[in-house]
Amino acid sequence: MAETSAAAQPIGKTIQAPDKIPIVLIVNGDEAQLRVAPWTTLLDALRDHLDLTGTKKGCDHGQCGACTVLVDGRRVNSCLTLAVMKDGSHVTTIEGLAVNGVLHPLQQAFIDHDALQCGYCTPGQICSAVGLMAEGKAKTADEIRELMSGNICRCGAYPNIVAAIQQAMDAS
Amino acid sequence: MINFQYLRANDVADAVRQIAAAPTAKFIAGGTNLIDLMKEDVERPTRLIDISRLPLDKIEETADGGLRIGALVPNSDLAYHPLVEQRYPLLASAILAGASQQLRNMASTGGNLLQRTRCSYFYDTATPCNKREPGSGCSAINGVNRMHAILGTSDTCIATHPSDMCVALAILESKVHAAGAGGERSIEFADFHRLPGNTPQLDTNLRPDEIITAIELPAQGFAANYTYLKIRDRLSYAFALVSVAAGLELEGDTIKEARLALGGVAHKPWRDKAAEAALRGQVANQANFTHAAGLLLGDAKGFAHNAFKISLARRAIVRALTQASQGTPQSQSNKKIR
Repeated sequence: MAETSAAAQPIGKTIQAPDKIPIVLIVNGDEAQLRVAPWTTLLDALRDHLDLTGTKKGCDHGQCGACTVLVDGRRVNSCLTLAVMKDGSHVTTIEGLAVNGVLHPLQQAFIDHDALQCGYCTPGQICSAVGLMAEGKAKTADEIRELMSGNICRCGAYPNIVAAIQQAMDAS
Repeated sequence: MINFQYLRANDVADAVRQIAAAPTAKFIAGGTNLIDLMKEDVERPTRLIDISRLPLDKIEETADGGLRIGALVPNSDLAYHPLVEQRYPLLASAILAGASQQLRNMASTGGNLLQRTRCSYFYDTATPCNKREPGSGCSAINGVNRMHAILGTSDTCIATHPSDMCVALAILESKVHAAGAGGERSIEFADFHRLPGNTPQLDTNLRPDEIITAIELPAQGFAANYTYLKIRDRLSYAFALVSVAAGLELEGDTIKEARLALGGVAHKPWRDKAAEAALRGQVANQANFTHAAGLLLGDAKGFAHNAFKISLARRAIVRALTQASQGTPQSQSNKKIR
């Protein structure tokens, strides 16, 4: 049909689909060899290529923080990070925080303070809080709130999240 | 997201060569804005040239007592650098007023200058936007324009520049160093961003084949009397309705030097030298601050939903100059405005 062939015409310039690019990520201490398309985000690489679905996709635009992971020790939004750009990096996700079955102090503190309801934002909240503690810039509740503002909790568990982080900070 | 090719640049010269050879390519560093815009189909580069591994990540003192900041220094590293905290606390404060810590960890210094407006019509590819599609029209002028500009607008665009950091860089009289096919040059910060005029698709005067290599700060950092006051719809992680960067040099209660710029009100950080000149030599008091605010806002023009920004800006300027003159800069964690 004429309409079909017209619709099949390329719109503007076509680009050659690039081959998948081999990269290495050290995820939670284990080396992972991947072949990713240039447009594969770190979030999608973790969830869809490595089956590490603890890291959540919320907004996919860097606004909610559910995708927060640590790259070379710094918290970032994995949804706005291209996996190919992090070739050779160390990535820590929620799955990598417990050691030999013992929860990370922040994981335990979130349980102790009931710092969640639905739990969807929790992996991002905890990874963000790990980054926050490593940065060492937050001392007061005000500073914790400000430096955790990139993590949204639609259940509104904020008071307990701040209390949980304070507990982990006091214990460290 | 659209499909694209991915290449790495080996050095600055290689980056310049690569961008000159591929007009539909874009550089990527932090990617915080570009990836978002690509997911929204607003930016459609056919190739990304990864500059994130170039050696532009140093903060160095210059011979004249200033600071040279590599274009790839992450926003968070810049805000927390000891020399920035000591000598340019205004810059640190402005950076920490913007985005989230995750984004600041990713975003580069050069990229902060090049971020695009957050005008909702620019992001919405179903609506006309002269910045996204030149000649298609501006949906904001007669649309929902609460977040939009009140100064320096044109009948083709009323978008604002979203950066907080750039408002501080404007009053610090920094310079932008760039490299391109035609060699290296430095651009006065005031000349870096542009007003929309008839070409709102152009945010800056950086040429398509140029790459930002560094930002240079002069020695004067107004470390004793400064503030960055940001007014927004929620206490953190929101773009400014109005923000004010102020820096004063005082002799007793007399103003020797004054610097004043606004964010959230124009297509570029809005610095007004006439308002600054009116403060010079005057006593630091509310009457003189109010007079300067009136000068700065003399040509301000509101639209259907953002006329409130004019009086908000006037009060924010007076408050910011008061904070600066008293040496009590706005805290970016305790948001109570004093």
